[in-house]
Formats: sequence, structure tokens, C-alpha cells
Amino acid sequence: MTLMKTMTTTLGAAALLASTATTALAVDLQFFFPVAVGGKAADTIQALTDEYAAANPDVKIDAVYAGSYQDTITKTLTAVRGGTPPQLSVILSVDMFTLIEEDAIIPFDGLAKSDADKAWLTSFYPAFMDNSMTGGKTYGIPFQRSTPVLYWNKEAFKEAGLDPETPPATWEEQIAFGKKLTKRDANGNVTQWGMRIPSSGFPYWLFQGLTTQNDVILANDAGNKTNFDDPKVVEALQYLVDLSAKHEVMQPGIIEWGSTPKAFFEGQTAMMWTTTGNLTNVRDNAPFDFGVGMLPANKRRGAPTGGGNFYIFKDSTDEQKAASFEFIKWITAPEQAAKWTIATGYVAPRPDAWETPAMKQYVADFPPALVARDQLEYAVAELSTYQNQRITTILNDALEAAITGQKAPAAALEEAQAEADRILADYR
Amino acid sequence: MTRPSLTLRREWVHGWLLLTPALVLLFAFTHLPAVTTIWDSFFSTPRGRREAKFVGLRNYETLLADDTFWQVLSNSLWYAAVTIPVSVGLALLMALWVDGRLSGRGFVRLAYFAPTVLPLIAVANIWMFFYTPGFGLIDQIRGAFGLPEVNWLGNPDLALGSVMVVAIWKEAGFFMIFYLAALQSIPPQLREAAAIEGASRWTFFRRVTFPLLMPTTLFVSVNAVINSFRMVDHVFVMTEGGPDNASSLLLFYIYETAFKYWDTAYASTLTVVLLVLLSALALGQFFLLDKRVHYR
Amino acid sequence: MSRTALDRWLNTTGAWALALLWFLPLIFAVWTAVHPGEFATRFAPLAPLTGENFVNAWNAAPFARYFLNSFLLVTFILIGQFVLCTLAAYAFARFTFPGSGVLFALVLLQLLVMPDILIVENYATMRMLGLIDTIAAIGLPYIASGFGIFLLRQTFKTVPKELDEAARVEGAGPLTVLWRVYIPLAKPTYLAYGLVSVSHHWNNFLWPLIVTNSVETRPVTVGLSVFASVDQGIDWSIINAATLMTSGPLLIAFMLFQRQFVQSFMRAGIR
Repeated sequence: MTLMKTMTTTLGAAALLASTATTALAVDLQFFFPVAVGGKAADTIQALTDEYAAANPDVKIDAVYAGSYQDTITKTLTAVRGGTPPQLSVILSVDMFTLIEEDAIIPFDGLAKSDADKAWLTSFYPAFMDNSMTGGKTYGIPFQRSTPVLYWNKEAFKEAGLDPETPPATWEEQIAFGKKLTKRDANGNVTQWGMRIPSSGFPYWLFQGLTTQNDVILANDAGNKTNFDDPKVVEALQYLVDLSAKHEVMQPGIIEWGSTPKAFFEGQTAMMWTTTGNLTNVRDNAPFDFGVGMLPANKRRGAPTGGGNFYIFKDSTDEQKAASFEFIKWITAPEQAAKWTIATGYVAPRPDAWETPAMKQYVADFPPALVARDQLEYAVAELSTYQNQRITTILNDALEAAITGQKAPAAALEEAQAEADRILADYR
Repeated sequence: MTRPSLTLRREWVHGWLLLTPALVLLFAFTHLPAVTTIWDSFFSTPRGRREAKFVGLRNYETLLADDTFWQVLSNSLWYAAVTIPVSVGLALLMALWVDGRLSGRGFVRLAYFAPTVLPLIAVANIWMFFYTPGFGLIDQIRGAFGLPEVNWLGNPDLALGSVMVVAIWKEAGFFMIFYLAALQSIPPQLREAAAIEGASRWTFFRRVTFPLLMPTTLFVSVNAVINSFRMVDHVFVMTEGGPDNASSLLLFYIYETAFKYWDTAYASTLTVVLLVLLSALALGQFFLLDKRVHYR
Repeated sequence: MSRTALDRWLNTTGAWALALLWFLPLIFAVWTAVHPGEFATRFAPLAPLTGENFVNAWNAAPFARYFLNSFLLVTFILIGQFVLCTLAAYAFARFTFPGSGVLFALVLLQLLVMPDILIVENYATMRMLGLIDTIAAIGLPYIASGFGIFLLRQTFKTVPKELDEAARVEGAGPLTVLWRVYIPLAKPTYLAYGLVSVSHHWNNFLWPLIVTNSVETRPVTVGLSVFASVDQGIDWSIINAATLMTSGPLLIAFMLFQRQFVQSFMRAGIR
């Protein structure tokens, strides 16, 4: 029992220390963030936090890597329910409704007192603010934001007799290119697939690219009504299913998200859809020349936005809230946002970040970095509803059932819609 | 009962005192939560400012109508039905091998046991590479023989099986240790006697070794039952229960319901099912095997 | 080849084939960890060696801290289990008191209803106790172990009554007898049980995942899982380097002690 006793005393002492420290001079902030460690993203977050701490000795920031986006929201909610929430966190923009429903976060409007602060609130790309505001209040500040783009292997294009500088622009071209790019060996086994739209974990996100291109929105702005059984949604799913089932340009079955970049590097696929947050990863690791383009269009161009926003948590002192606000203002300022974008590929969330000298230099060297920004013009808000975790799971299950051939697209989506209706009925 | 009652009562007090610390914790973290789980399954989930209210059997009605639940239940039963006999059988085979004369026995034993030491959550990533279509290890080997690639984890017919293989790999070596200890305590004279009588190795195994191992088999298989419902770490990494819940297991679904959707009442209802299932299985096993076991 | 020779040969081949199969994940882990990323999935025999993955993994996450947490956790659990289970097992083995039958049945019940399954309620309890995000919260549900009590009770029952009585005649109280007679005779049981407990809790994941939120409390398994998250693509080299670093100690410990390990199981009568 001695160990436990020592531990409880240590814990008690630590808690005491923390609380006195807070009231005395330094403000302690705990900050959860969800980028893969080992990569430049985590190093950059750490470096930025250190830089801020060096300039502001009265603030102590404990940046905690909390795992994937999914891990981070789960961890944060667990912490909120356990009474030990972080002071600020980067969490998927779509979890805003969930966080509001849990009464976990506060809007930024109350913290933005000066005119400069109020102007700052409106300085971000409107496409990113769609998922950051509700009821006229701003709950999230865009930071780690992304959008899916198309990456293609220029060498494979050349080999297949395609122009290496021109990616497919339409759904039809995507299939036609895919057929040329799919290579089979003497036994008829595929050695290189034409394309890859990963579908594990959160297939709804890339699927939303297809639905947007088919000119249909998956849920209303109020977040209480979904549109899963719309004929245009069914058509989009049919297209996705046909890529493997009918046209045989994509591997059948569920395609793993995590191994997609590796599959691209290994020449397993000639084109892939994935987040722009992978841009630096691809730039560093692809052993061939590659291109980055907007997703192909059908009825229109389109893609969802994605990625994480900053949130400030309710259960903290006023000093902590103010300090969090200052830190978020600093880290999303043009200089810092530019550093972040250059290190990772995430889209700098405000236009003036793209005007900084560092960024200008970067895009001059590496024009593909502009693709994601330019695509914002066509982007829509990522699917977000009340009971978001559950609703997206319902849609994910339906998509997976259709992709694996267990259910027909129309039937799968009808069932999903019925179930979503049942859950969202309480919120209308 | 000739002892004075004072001593007897002192013995009672001593016994109870010795038990108290363990019982307090047992009640706090096993018995009480088991009871409150059942209790909570008759209430709704408190959300925001809405309090939990008594809903009778509504959670159970939801359960009966929940397709995902039935799928997950059937997955869990399959998972148990396959992983338990296979891992126990393999464990016995492994133990017989490393107990006998074998060149490089140290290495073989280490190889069998290594998975026990490695965290499942970490090795799941390794297995994920093995299963990766196209450039994964299995497909590289298949490719060398001219076979097409297989999307092991992305095909609903294969995902659960792929997850089972990892569980068997993880478990067998652990159970082997128990068998090995049991084998090593079988007197060598028995084997010599059998050899003199001209009994074949198989007869010896069937008539002598296997019956002597019965208590171990009971012990190991009770453990295997519990583990088969408890071991879900690799599902987090490899499939997240997909595709379309094809590889989701009961405890994983409970975790999702409780800590992703925060529907604690429904999670309690699911937990009740798991508790009932475990009790039924373990009791059944106990009575079935106990007849053939001679415990000291 | 004679029949026994063939038999020997088949057995050896079978045993080795299975061993290699079983070892394959570890071999792959070592391969990727010591080669640059581009060789992670390509098995060229002449691929250059590197130690960089270990350095990167070590720098990328506070593994030293995770290690310390896991170490504190298993120590806390082990000491707690030894103390509580010993006392309870002693009571069940050598004391007669009303209710012992029922209470023992309740203890055995925990063999089935393990805390791992009661995550929802135990999380609520920890929240009530204000223990969320502490190492104590990870360990507490496991300390009163039904398995441990059962095992030690079996062992204590095999201790000859005469030894017990002899000590009592000399005037020793119940705890002194426990300490001087029972515990020394149960050493192999403690060792065997301790090893099972350590390897179980070192590798436990789900419950620590739920109750920990910070670097200061995360054990190695949870640390590894957040480390290996795949939103930005999976990097096997660095993940496997981290896996090897964190499971190395246990693996080496087993390699060194495997003989004693099996013997202690044998003598503990766990079979």
C-alpha cells in the first residue's frame, strides 16, 4: 500500500502545485492535438508552441498528442465527462455540434472584445467557417484544415500513353484514364490499379466529394435532417461501386486509408484521392514525379472541407480562456499559418497567410500547394449533424455494405436514411 | 466442536479481517458495477440537462431490433467458437513439441511465447502490413506463385477470419506455458512403463497424457473463453469493426456505444448480454468438463 | 528411415515451421525498424541498415515517460495483488468462518466477470472518486484478483498443517505464521502469478485507453496506439521501431528467465 500512498501524495502535491502556479503567475494550458507524430506536423506544432512559450513566459502550454481525430474527440469527451477537460484542443470541425451538446465549449465571440479581435474572427476563408459557426456564433477557429485532392503518378501516366501533366477532369475521364492505367500481368493479376479512393474508417468524407460533384448536399445546415436516399446520392454511390465492380479500375473491397500513401509510393495505384494534409508526406517520399489536382467534376466541381478547428473549453478559468484565445490568435496568424502549411500541406486558413514571403516562395517552388486553396471555391462543409458520431457511422456502414457488394446502393442508403431519421427526430 | 466459542469467534473475526481489503475492492469494481449495469439497462441515457428516466424494457426492445447487435453477437460467437479450440489445440501441440527432444528447443519455445509478451495493440500494425493487399507480405508470397491479390481486411467474408488468426497467434503461446508445466510434472516412469508394454506414442498420449492434462485443459479453456470476449485491441487498429461491422466484436461495440456515442444506457444493456453469455458459457464448460476432471 | 526417425523428423520440421511462422511478425518488425522507410515493404537482402527509426521514434513521443508509467502501473498492481490476494487466500485456506463458501463463490465469479468488461460502470465509479487520469485508476479494478486469490488458496492448502501448528505453539500470531510459513512455501506461485500479471498489465489497452488522458498517466500501450494513428498515413518503420523498443525489456526478460518461468508454473501447480 505504500506505493499507492506515495502516489496519492505525489498526485495531491502535483495538483496543489498546479493550482498555486495558476493563481500566482503562470497560466497553464493543456492542449490536445491530433496529427501523426514522427512526421513534420507534430514537430511543427511542438516548435510553434515552444516559440510561443519562449515569447510569453507567463503562459505554460502542455501540447498533448492525442492520437487520430477519432481518438482526440473520444479522449476530449472522456476528459470533459471526467471533469478534467483540456483548455483548448484541435478537433474535427464536424464535432462542433457534439461539443455544444455536451456543453463543453464556449463561443469565441465573448472573448473577442476589441475591434481588432472581432475583425480577426472574420479573417478566415468562408468555406472553412461553414463548419465553425452555428446560430450566429463562432465556436471553432480553422487551423488544421484540409480538403481531399487527387494525386497522380506522372511516370505511370507517361507509361500508359497519357499526358503526364493532365489529370482527369470529369468522372468519365477518371474511368477512361483508370482503365489505361490498370496493369495486369500474364496471369491476369493486377499489378497496378488505376485509382484508389480509400474507404476504411471514415468513407463518408471522400464519398462526400462524389456527392458534391453530383450536386447534392448530404445534410441540412441545422444538422437535423440528412439526405442519404436522394437519387443523386445513390447515383454517386453507384459510381463509386462501379469503379471496382464494373470498370475494374480500383481494388475491390474496403480500401485502407492508412496504407494509401504507401500504396501510391509503391506503384500499387497510379492515382489516389486523399487529404491535402498528406502533401508533404508525398513530396518527401514519392520516388517518382507526381502531380496534384482538384477532384474530377461531374455535374459540378466539388469537395468537402475537412480537418480540425481550435476549440476553447468551458471548464477553465477566465485567465486560461483569455490565454487560450491569445495563443490561438497567434498560431493562426499569417506567419505561423504559413509555417504550418509549408510543413504539412494543410491549407492555411486565411487569405493573408498566402501573401507572406515564406509562402510565396514555397508556392513558387511547389505550385501543387495551391491546388487545395483554389479548390476551396468549390468546397462545401463536411457532413455534420447532431449525434454526429452516430450518424456518420450509419452512413459509413451503408457505404461499406455497398462497396463490398453486401447491399445495393439504393437499398443501403434507404436503410441509412431511415435510421438517421429515427435518431434525428428528437432534434427537429 | 469442543473448542471454546471465544477462540472460534476470534477465528471468525480474523478470517473476515483478512478478507476485507480484497472484498471491498472486489465489490467496488466487480460485483457492484455488475449489478448497476443491470440496473442502468432499465433507464435512459442522461444527456446534457436531460436526466435518466426509467424506461422499463425499452433498451432491450432496441437491442432486439438492432441489426448491428445481432451481427456483432454472431461475430463474437464465431470468434469464440473458432479461436478457443484452435488456440488451445495449438497450445497443446506446441507444448508437446517443446517438451520433447527437439533441436533448437530454446528458440522454438521463445518463438511460440513471444506473441504473449508483445502488446496486441502494437503487433496489430504488423499484421495489418501482412494483410495489406498487393504489397503486403501475404500477397507478395501469393504473387510469387502467380496468385491474385486478396483484400483480407476489406472483404466482409474474410475480415473476421483475419482478425481471428491474430488472436490465435497471440493466445496459443500463453496457453502453451500451462500445458508445458503440466507435461513436465508427469512422472517419466509412466512413459518408461508404457514403452516396456509396447504402447505407441499416440496410445500413450490418448490413454495417459491427455487424461492427466484434463485439469489444465479446463483451466486453459476457461481462460480462453474469457479472453475471446475480452481481446479486442487488434480490432481497433486493423478494421475498426468494419467493413460494415463484419469484424466488430461485442466488447468493441460496447466501447463504441459508450465512449463514441455516449449512449451509456444502451452500452449497459449490451454489457448485460455479455455477462449472461459469459456466465452461461463458463458454467456450461465447467459442468461439461468437470465430470472428467479430477481436481485435488 | 526408420519409423521413429521419420516421426522425429516430422515433429522437428513441424515444430520449426510453426515457430518460424510465429516469429514472422517479430522478424518483420526488426526488418522494418533497421532499414530506411522505402524498404519497409521490400525485402532486398542488401538494403542499407539504419538506426534512425529508433532515434525518430524515441524523439517523436515521450516513450521514457510511458515506460515509467507502465512500470509504476505494473508495480502498483503487483504489490497490491500480492498483499490483498495473500490475505484473502490465507483466510479461505486456513480459517473457518460463516459465509466463507458464499464469499469464495463471489471471488470465483470474478474469473468470469472481469473488470475489462465493466468499463462503463467502472468509468463512472472512477469519475465519482475523482480518479480519472491517474495511474491508480488504471490499477485499482485489478488489484483484488479472483484468479490470484484462487491460485494462492490452492497453494496454501497444500502447506502441511503441522508446520502451521508448530509455529502457533511457539506463540506466533496468524500474520506471523502467514509470513514465516505460508509465503516462503508459495514462492513459485508468486513468481508464476507475478509473471502472468506483469505481462497482462504491461499489455493491457482498453481500460487504460478509457481512463487516461495525458502523457503523465498513459502506459506504453496507449502511447503506442496514439503514436501509430493513421490519419496521415501509416509509417511502419517508425511504428515497429517503437514497438520493439517498448516490448524489448519483457522479451529479453523472458529469454533470460524462460526456464525458471516454466519451472515456477510447474511447481506452483498451475496446470
